[in-house]
Amino acid sequence: MIAENTVFTRTFSEIPVSKKEILRYAGAGSITPEITLLLDECLKASQGCFSYQVCYRLFPLTFGETLDLGFAETSSRSLRKNLQGCDKILLFAATVGLGIDRLIARYSTLSPAKALLFQAIGAERIESLCDIFCADFEKELASEGRFAKPRFSPGYGDLPLSLQRNIFRALEPPRRIGVSLNESLLMTPSKSVTAIIGIATKGAAHEHS
Amino acid sequence: MNILEYLKDHLMLLDGGMGTLLQARGLEAGELPERWNLSHPIDICEIHRAYFDAGSQIVMTNTFGANSLRFSADELESIIAAAVQNARKAQAESTRPGEKWVALDIGPTGKMLAPYGDFEFEEAVSTFAETVRIGARCGVDLIFIETMNDSFETKAALLAAKENSSLPVFVSNAYGEDGKLMTGADPEAMVALLEGMGADAIGVNCSFGPKTLAPVVEKYLQTASVPVFFKPNAGLPKAVNGKTVYDVSPEEFAEDVTALIRKGVRLAGGCCGTTPAYLAALAEKSADVVPPVLEEKAFPCVSSYTHAVRFEKKAVLIGERINPTGKKRLKEALRAGDMAYVLQEGLAQQEKGVDLLDVNVGLPEICEPEMLRRAVFELQAVIDLPLQIDTADIDAMEAALRIYNGKAMVNSVNGKKESMDAVFPLVKKYGGLVVALTLDENGIPETAEGRLAIAEKILHEASRYGLKAKDLIFDPLAMAISADPNAAGETLRAVKLIREQLGCKTSLGVSNVSFGLPQRDAISSAFFTLALENGLDAAIINPNSVEMNKAYRAFYALRGQDENFADYIAFAESMPTVNAGSAPAPAAALKSDEENRSALQRAIMKGLKDLASATAEELLLHTAPLTLVQEEIIPALNTVGKGFEEKTIYLPQLLMSAEAAKAAFEAVKKALSGGTSASRCPFVLATVKGDIHDIGKNIVKLLLENYGFAVTDLGRDVAPEKIVEATVALHAPVVGLSALMTTTVAAMEETIVQLRKAAPWCKIVVGGAVLNREYADAIGADFWSRDAMETVRYAEMIEKNLSENPTC
Repeated sequence: MIAENTVFTRTFSEIPVSKKEILRYAGAGSITPEITLLLDECLKASQGCFSYQVCYRLFPLTFGETLDLGFAETSSRSLRKNLQGCDKILLFAATVGLGIDRLIARYSTLSPAKALLFQAIGAERIESLCDIFCADFEKELASEGRFAKPRFSPGYGDLPLSLQRNIFRALEPPRRIGVSLNESLLMTPSKSVTAIIGIATKGAAHEHS
Repeated sequence: MNILEYLKDHLMLLDGGMGTLLQARGLEAGELPERWNLSHPIDICEIHRAYFDAGSQIVMTNTFGANSLRFSADELESIIAAAVQNARKAQAESTRPGEKWVALDIGPTGKMLAPYGDFEFEEAVSTFAETVRIGARCGVDLIFIETMNDSFETKAALLAAKENSSLPVFVSNAYGEDGKLMTGADPEAMVALLEGMGADAIGVNCSFGPKTLAPVVEKYLQTASVPVFFKPNAGLPKAVNGKTVYDVSPEEFAEDVTALIRKGVRLAGGCCGTTPAYLAALAEKSADVVPPVLEEKAFPCVSSYTHAVRFEKKAVLIGERINPTGKKRLKEALRAGDMAYVLQEGLAQQEKGVDLLDVNVGLPEICEPEMLRRAVFELQAVIDLPLQIDTADIDAMEAALRIYNGKAMVNSVNGKKESMDAVFPLVKKYGGLVVALTLDENGIPETAEGRLAIAEKILHEASRYGLKAKDLIFDPLAMAISADPNAAGETLRAVKLIREQLGCKTSLGVSNVSFGLPQRDAISSAFFTLALENGLDAAIINPNSVEMNKAYRAFYALRGQDENFADYIAFAESMPTVNAGSAPAPAAALKSDEENRSALQRAIMKGLKDLASATAEELLLHTAPLTLVQEEIIPALNTVGKGFEEKTIYLPQLLMSAEAAKAAFEAVKKALSGGTSASRCPFVLATVKGDIHDIGKNIVKLLLENYGFAVTDLGRDVAPEKIVEATVALHAPVVGLSALMTTTVAAMEETIVQLRKAAPWCKIVVGGAVLNREYADAIGADFWSRDAMETVRYAEMIEKNLSENPTC
């Protein structure tokens, strides 16, 4: 079990790419040879521009009048529902780095079609990173007879985006993985995610899916 | 004693981690450690004292995050004052003999600088400046900027330190596992930037343990001429029985750091996870080690936000295309503020293999300081080549150097007193490799010896500012042989003389030599070869010139400086194969017009940009431009647009087709030679203030342009006033506003209010992820557009109404 009270960082090297997912993010309903060609070109250009990093920390979870997440309190009903049966949470921030933002910026005026594909590549990359990180964590929990709830981010359901400020105080992503928060509560690099994973003991929760 | 004097012949120890020790003393998660200077002065003092006692000679104040973003002015002042007091008290109380200093610690702001974040460069400078001024008032001995993972923010902090104190400044960056900063800089790029700006010592801290960071530190030692320091973590944190421990022990840490001291590190300490025990071990281990003598590195270099370019072996190629002289299309783009065109020129040159880009945006009718600053800012956001800032306007030069994310090449200074008085202080302050033209008040000397004499004079004057030979590169001026047949010979001799007599580097604007003669490339490229043979170090060239590229690659192949001819062969393979003199045009003529026509439509519908452009060019040989638009491009676009509306074609295909159509339009524009294309009505487009998302807006722009609307794109983050101004000036009948964030819809509403007042005739269409019809109605827009095609249809409708009812 990872220790409380410390923020850990983890770097991933290679994460397999799903072209199908990328094209789904790009809104490509039908896949023509021309699009596949353009996608291959974009994938080649984006090779080596990713730096997959996650920082995370465990917090105790207390159900009271409000939900005490260990680093902030919230009255979000949807998060409360998601965390039902849990006694701890893992808070994490993940990013694929600034490189893809540069590619998107480079092509946003020169070629909107490519910019769209780079956007989609970035979206697929960060989701894949979160999936792998969470899967690894679930495995670790399973060995201890515990399991993880699906990850839950600020902005889902009624969990306010303003929780981002608390998350950033708790994890310090700027100095750990180079992710910063702007005045509009958006993150840079844009392909970054913060989320909460509830941790429960087997049998303690009613609705493990 | 002055710390810089002491540093010259001593190895110095810095302190270790602070955060870990504060947590052990009860600092809560999310609590700001800087407040402990006031609330727990004894704890802070004890930690500093423990470091002094363990052997640290420089201790950093507990002010990592002490800046005006986190604290009010009053609290900031008292926190820093207390922090300095705590460190001074520890210094006084420490019983270990020897010299001791207190450094003002400055960490990153935690905000990302524009354009990728929302923190403006100058805001960052003034934020750091406030901390620096308070620290200097409180009497610290030096400033220690640390854990910076962005080169641009590092520059802002160093600039603030230099502008607001005369204290020594040490600068430390935090590198990732890939040996680069988070925003991309490699060690050599950082060394170039920091030394150029006059950092007194530079180094590496945080991130990892000493072994992982060793390659980065070695790079520093190979490239830096100032003292290098090292402050790594105690490895990585690990969980052992539910407790956190770092995986490098004090002994191993001391061993690994001392190994690097032997290689030249002159100041050493620790970062996260290190404690006084680590410093004590390091003090013991390194006690008898004498680091090798610090050597001045002689090679000139420049850098971008990713890498440095050395002027050492092969001549550096500088692309000359971003210069409006004689370029009608670029002039037009600059006047219209069309940065997309400038970026495109930059990217095209990068693809041709140049090492640097010259940036000159001087036009009589534009504000050059503003335009040059903007061009540099936008280019460096997306292109990783170092830039050569090319201007005669000293304000423009400073504005651009200030915002430049690296060490720039500066074009130029010359032997006139006025020029040197103005340019050298800027180069000294911001860093840079300055091109020095060998001319002065008396003009350009005819002989090579005369030019050498001016070069000597410039070199001497530069030394008075503390600039060295490696900060200058001389341009002995290539002159037209058509005016003086001996011109080339004298220039070549000057190149040789400057190299041999002064040991300095040279650069030439090569193509000037052929001015006034036919087939200029033949002369220019032969001269280029001769100049290279005489030792030329850099050349400003047109990268599109095949002859110049041939001369360059062939020279190094002949000179035995192209291993396995790898560069030459790669270049040769990139050349289009020309067989039996058959140009593509006659081949195309074999096809019937009918086939070509459908070929263009097919190319557009399939989204094949290059094919669309080439096919359009062929057709234009015997088809009227407007006929081509009416009968080929528009029908193809309509087919695709309709498909999109009927959901048989999706967004990526639509965009690819739009880009292909745009390429065909470019060919048409060229054929019309200067804009008699009948544009449709004006359309003002902007992403509203506070919003930096512009992909959606750019898609709308592309399609509107395809359909012939005269789009004025004001860009992103545009103030309401600016949108009103453009709408009124153009009497635009329709304005499009885009917003992606809920927080910026307010700015959209404000823009609409102002537009209604100043331009009551115009129709306003809004779009963007957060908007829907209800929202659009609520903020008073005329139309909510679901996508780009709908915006086109709406604009067409407005235009139709206008022509039927022209009174409004």
